[in-house]
Amino acid sequence: MRTGGILSAEKAVEALIRLSAFSAILGLFLIFVFIGKEALPVLTSPEARKEAGLSKLFLPQEGPRPYSWQPVSEIPKYSILPLFMGTLKVTLVAILFAIPLALGAALFTSEFAPDWTKELLKPIIELLAGIPSVVLGFFALMVMASCVQDAFGIIYRLNAVNAGIALGLAVIPIVYTMADDALTAVPKSYREASIAMGASAWQTASKVVFPAALPGILAACVLGFGRAIGETMIVLMASGNAPVMTWALQKPVRSLSATVAAELGEVVVGSPHYHVLFLIGTLLFVFTFALNLFAHWFVRRLQRKILGAA
Amino acid sequence: MNAPGGLFIEALAVRAGDKELLKPFSLRVDRGEILGVIGPAGSGKSTLLRVLNRLVDLDDGLSVSGTVQLDGANILGPEVDVPSVRKRIGIVFSVQVPLPMSIYDNLAFGPRLAGVTDPGGLGTLMEESLRAAYLWDEVEDRLREPASNLSGGQQQRMCLARTLMLRPEVLLLDEPCSGLDPISTAKIEEALQGLKKRMAVILVTNNVKQASRVADKTAFLLMGELVECGPTQDLFTNPKHKRTEEYITGRFG
Amino acid sequence: MGRFFIALSALCCAVIVAMTAFVLGDIAYFGWEKLTLSFLLAAPEQGMAAGGIFPAIFGTFFLVLIMTVAVIPLGVMTAVYLNEYAPKHSRLVQWVRLAIANLSGVPAIVFGLFGLGFFIDFVGKGMDAAFFGSRLVFGQPAILWAALTLALLTLPTVVVATEEALRAIPDSHREVAYSLGATRLQMVRRVVLPQAIGGILTGGILAVSRGAGEVAPILFTGAAYFLPYLPKKLNDQFMELGYHIYVMATQSPDVEATKPILYSTVFVLLALTFVLNFTAIWVRSRIRRRLRLAK
Repeated sequence: MRTGGILSAEKAVEALIRLSAFSAILGLFLIFVFIGKEALPVLTSPEARKEAGLSKLFLPQEGPRPYSWQPVSEIPKYSILPLFMGTLKVTLVAILFAIPLALGAALFTSEFAPDWTKELLKPIIELLAGIPSVVLGFFALMVMASCVQDAFGIIYRLNAVNAGIALGLAVIPIVYTMADDALTAVPKSYREASIAMGASAWQTASKVVFPAALPGILAACVLGFGRAIGETMIVLMASGNAPVMTWALQKPVRSLSATVAAELGEVVVGSPHYHVLFLIGTLLFVFTFALNLFAHWFVRRLQRKILGAA
Repeated sequence: MNAPGGLFIEALAVRAGDKELLKPFSLRVDRGEILGVIGPAGSGKSTLLRVLNRLVDLDDGLSVSGTVQLDGANILGPEVDVPSVRKRIGIVFSVQVPLPMSIYDNLAFGPRLAGVTDPGGLGTLMEESLRAAYLWDEVEDRLREPASNLSGGQQQRMCLARTLMLRPEVLLLDEPCSGLDPISTAKIEEALQGLKKRMAVILVTNNVKQASRVADKTAFLLMGELVECGPTQDLFTNPKHKRTEEYITGRFG
Repeated sequence: MGRFFIALSALCCAVIVAMTAFVLGDIAYFGWEKLTLSFLLAAPEQGMAAGGIFPAIFGTFFLVLIMTVAVIPLGVMTAVYLNEYAPKHSRLVQWVRLAIANLSGVPAIVFGLFGLGFFIDFVGKGMDAAFFGSRLVFGQPAILWAALTLALLTLPTVVVATEEALRAIPDSHREVAYSLGATRLQMVRRVVLPQAIGGILTGGILAVSRGAGEVAPILFTGAAYFLPYLPKKLNDQFMELGYHIYVMATQSPDVEATKPILYSTVFVLLALTFVLNFTAIWVRSRIRRRLRLAK
């Protein structure tokens, strides 16, 4: 009897363990379902479609400004193209700023520098990674904005460049860490073979090691891109939040994520505006999900490449 | 029928894919005797022990056929409660593995699993097991120390005592003295002579001399095949097979 | 030519270090200036222009406490399943690992939407309808929902750290436990988990540090701009350090007046996350050393 009781308790705990293994899968599934559910009326509800149907979101509208995001004006306008553009602009600045720096640093510490520089840089990178995004946002808003404004001679204090650089600071640790992992994973024999044939350190790094690690480095860039697209607080605080349809980097911008963060708090639940914000969330989720899968695929290729060769 | 407490192996074979790790063979060992199993590395000696303790269940892709009877019941059957089989057939590994806890907790590990927690009972059992493993005098006062403080030879005897805490009916030893100094080896061999009165013992060793010193019966395994098995005296003085003779005289292996 | 590029890559390192130093140095310098004990222990006054940040500190701690209670068991059990139960290289394991990697890439703001759509509108409203006669109890922003949202966000952190610790345990320990008659669960409880405690701790600390710094997920799930009381019940709203910083930095009527307070608040949040991070890094390096020794 007693062992029976113990056994069934054990069975219950084991069932719980097996069940919790599904938590991550279930979590992803629920995120998609419950955000998608609130976004769906944009496609299905006649009322929401009239005010904010897909054509209103993506196609040019009549009037002086064919693309505008003014969800709380008398005639609400829901063109999300300026927001797309804003996200893209900020992300582009962030990527152009962060990726060369992070890759350069990773190359330096893994290929050229003595080991102690890596031991030194790693904790600094971890420090940078540990800074909460709201703190980076704060810094970009209070301190960096003025520096950037002076340096580039920009009229607006908050703009795409400022937000992009701050966002870059959040992206650097991700790209550096993954790129460093990829470079370190390249077998030592590659380097030795190259050096033995008389190649210099730079030739070895650029012609042998870097190409071998390329899938992992691409994965690092893709993940950095994904982080930049979805990052909210930095952009919300440092970008000026004006939804303008322009490629000019010195203008204030409003990103998709910042729009959700800024507007969801005041929106009427169940209104077209509410559903559009959830649609933006769904799009962000789907983008980053796809980017993650893509990065994963790259990493798998890297592993196979290196395992196949070694 | 075999005597109570004995182990009766019949037509046992182990395969990994199409590779035969153990070719079908039969063997028996009774309480009161020590079966020595000798053979060169990779001949399947450890695999045999892992089958008997059902640790083979943890290895991927191995298929086991045949029967092993303990008190008339097949321990390889699908309905068998594996943990209780492992309690009845104890094993000591070649590398001493003290768990990262005190000597006391190491020894109490097995009984506690079975729900025995009263300190009095554990204490008696502990003294009995440690004495049987010839370790009592050395650790009597330091049971609360981490087991990793013990020397290698002491650790191995502690592992033996830890297995004895379960009062097993069969004791399996997988090269228990490899890497030990002569004194520790002598102590373990002495311990085995006392232990065989209470249980059947299978001693896997690649030290031929140890088998000839300790074992009552000896089996010679070569590349998964049981070449021959008989009373130790006979096997060493008058081997039936040429390969056995070559191995015990040290011509290969 | 080669020398030039090597120098350039060294410069990249220098720029990263310099920017990090700039950010941290600025915050440390201006944040430390006005930091007093009473600032940590007093409530805000005059629309945040004076007083302290005690409610925000309290709310942050309460929030991450609930989050930890939720995420640690779930994360540890997931890691135990992956490492101890699932057959190696099984399809399911690959799927779960992929899901965890993907979950860690989901933007924080999406978690915020999820918390609102799932926890508040679905679970909370459902609970109200079932147990409270549709009275508004749990169907509104609350510290419980914010904490659970953060728990899902930090799940990958806990799983990854725990798994690393589980892998550091030699298989021989598991075999000894089995050979002495342990069932799988007994083996996990008595041999694996006690040794993995460092890794679980690391994961927990990293999760707390991450959770304490995230603002986007709690924007709509329970954080409040100002509350005259401290949260006591699971369905109370709460003030939080990160949210406090966001609001003060962007919605303060008089930026210059609140600036010293703002800096000090940022300093407190940063100090909190760094102390946590360094503890975690220290524990983890000890585990990694053991992992190398075990191999």
